[in-house]
Amino acid sequence: MTTILFFEQLLNGLQFGVMLFLMAAGLTLIFGVMGLINLAHGSLYMVGAFAAAAVAGWTGSFALALVASLAAAAMFGAIIELTIIRRLYARDHLDQVLATFALILIFSEATRWVFGSFPLFLNVPDALSGTVMLPGGIQYSLYRLTIIVIGLIVAAGLFLLISKTRVGMRIRAGENDREMIGALGVDISVLYTLVFALGAALAGLSGALVGAIQSVEVGMGEPVLILAFVVIVIGGIGSIKGALAGAILVGVTDTMGRTLLPILFGTFMEASSATAVGSALASMAIYILMAGVLLYKPTGLFGEA
Amino acid sequence: MLPERLLNAVILLTLLAVPLAALALDEPFIITLATKVTILALAGVGLNLALGQGGLVSFGHAAYFGLGGYAMGILASHAQSFTPLMEVPFLIEGTKSMPVIWITAIIVSSLAALLIGALSLRTSGVYFIMVTLAFGQMFYYFAISWPAYGGEDGLSIYVRNGFPGLNTLVPIQFFGICFVLLCVVLFFVSRLNRSAFGLALDGAHQHSERALTVGININRVRLVAFVISGGITGLAGALFADLNRFVSPTMFSWHTSGEIMIFIILGGVARICGPIAGAAAYIILEHYLGDVSEYWQVYLGFILLFVVLFAKGGIVGALTGSRGKAHG
Repeated sequence: MTTILFFEQLLNGLQFGVMLFLMAAGLTLIFGVMGLINLAHGSLYMVGAFAAAAVAGWTGSFALALVASLAAAAMFGAIIELTIIRRLYARDHLDQVLATFALILIFSEATRWVFGSFPLFLNVPDALSGTVMLPGGIQYSLYRLTIIVIGLIVAAGLFLLISKTRVGMRIRAGENDREMIGALGVDISVLYTLVFALGAALAGLSGALVGAIQSVEVGMGEPVLILAFVVIVIGGIGSIKGALAGAILVGVTDTMGRTLLPILFGTFMEASSATAVGSALASMAIYILMAGVLLYKPTGLFGEA
Repeated sequence: MLPERLLNAVILLTLLAVPLAALALDEPFIITLATKVTILALAGVGLNLALGQGGLVSFGHAAYFGLGGYAMGILASHAQSFTPLMEVPFLIEGTKSMPVIWITAIIVSSLAALLIGALSLRTSGVYFIMVTLAFGQMFYYFAISWPAYGGEDGLSIYVRNGFPGLNTLVPIQFFGICFVLLCVVLFFVSRLNRSAFGLALDGAHQHSERALTVGININRVRLVAFVISGGITGLAGALFADLNRFVSPTMFSWHTSGEIMIFIILGGVARICGPIAGAAAYIILEHYLGDVSEYWQVYLGFILLFVVLFAKGGIVGALTGSRGKAHG
């Protein structure tokens, strides 16, 4: 295994992690502020990807497609928040899980109804296709590099939004004491809708960006949703910093595991069984990581008890 | 409004009467559907012990369901190819005997529940949901990427496993086996719920601090409940695999976990016969709405949403006119 391949996989892991962060940040914000576990977050990811694919097919512009993914996911997020989700804040987690699971069924089947069962394709724009030469002689996909940059910019923006602005102050206050900020005259239901739509928009953007690398299909959000849960468990609920650390940890562990473990087993096993054992173990790596974090610190790396 | 005890009798008798009537009318497909309801209800009864009585919202019960299924699939596939399961350090042969398969399924899924439970119960609330979901998904990905037993394609078993003295390929006889097992488990669970252990579990759910203060080791009580719950769901998985004569990673999928949970919520949380009513409602919906539209899960989604938002007691709650005792 060459160093170049190693760094390339490291970057792929980082790119995957950054995408997971966009998902996990929304989930963890929604949980932190409203105390809601939202399984339908993966559906909003899917909505973003489909909106982007549809608009890109229509106008041919990738930038417009990204705008559409943000807008569509935020809009659907706001709609379900106003009609359904807000009835769930006072309910127990079981009700939240079941109701948002019901939303997944509705979203998935409705999308299949509208777009059919075949995957759509969203092409990487010409300006971003091809590779760039990184220092050290590493050829790397420009598009994936762009994703990393966009993800890091969004992460920085989110930090600034939450730590420096008035809305961010309200969000933080909401995490500390929901009733109190309501009593102090903040229109809490508007804040809730806003946070939910923000989380949804991040999920939609992430879906659109990934959609150009993979195919855009029904159910694409579910594996990502579950990985985002792993990220949150590792990072700690309600912590944006934890979500970023957890996402990068999970992204890198998963990507590196899939490349390195088969090679590692190949050093002392025959090739075909090394690939089988290595890839089977690699598929479990992040869950083992999660189990380790649970043993070490059940509230997650950045979580409070 | 019926008393719950009477309703339970009605539910069980209906579950028994429908396939018998189908036998008389020569409708084997109805018998198969009733068998499916019985088996899925059994899985629901397992989850209900943890979720309803114990308040442990496990979103990973597909793991035990799938392990039960694969216990059957692996043992039976070795028996059908006449290759031993392992030779060193001692010989283990495959088997086509249902009782052996059931016991294996229960042991394997209980052990997995012990391990996952011990880790997951370090957390609570929403963490617990996410952790159980993630561990369940781990089995799913493992089953897909492990090629020895079919990988993504799953395993087909050509002949249904045998039970001494019965011909399990006759639908009504296989139904009988499943129905008797369901009744045995229901009897066991209802006794368990009223035992000191069941009361301690309920107490730990209702008010954990108080249960702790009177000297109940709530972690141990919860873990034991979680293990029993996993074992029952594992047994259901083995039966389900036998019903279809097929196992695949889909049994591990988180949709399966969600479905088992739907049986409980449709039927009524923490009701002893809730999962039966829920599983029956689910299968009827699947069968009839499936005829109406290919996209029947949209309707399922709306029905589920309605039950969660407006009809908390589920079917049993609606028919007895009371809300669930342990839920809320």
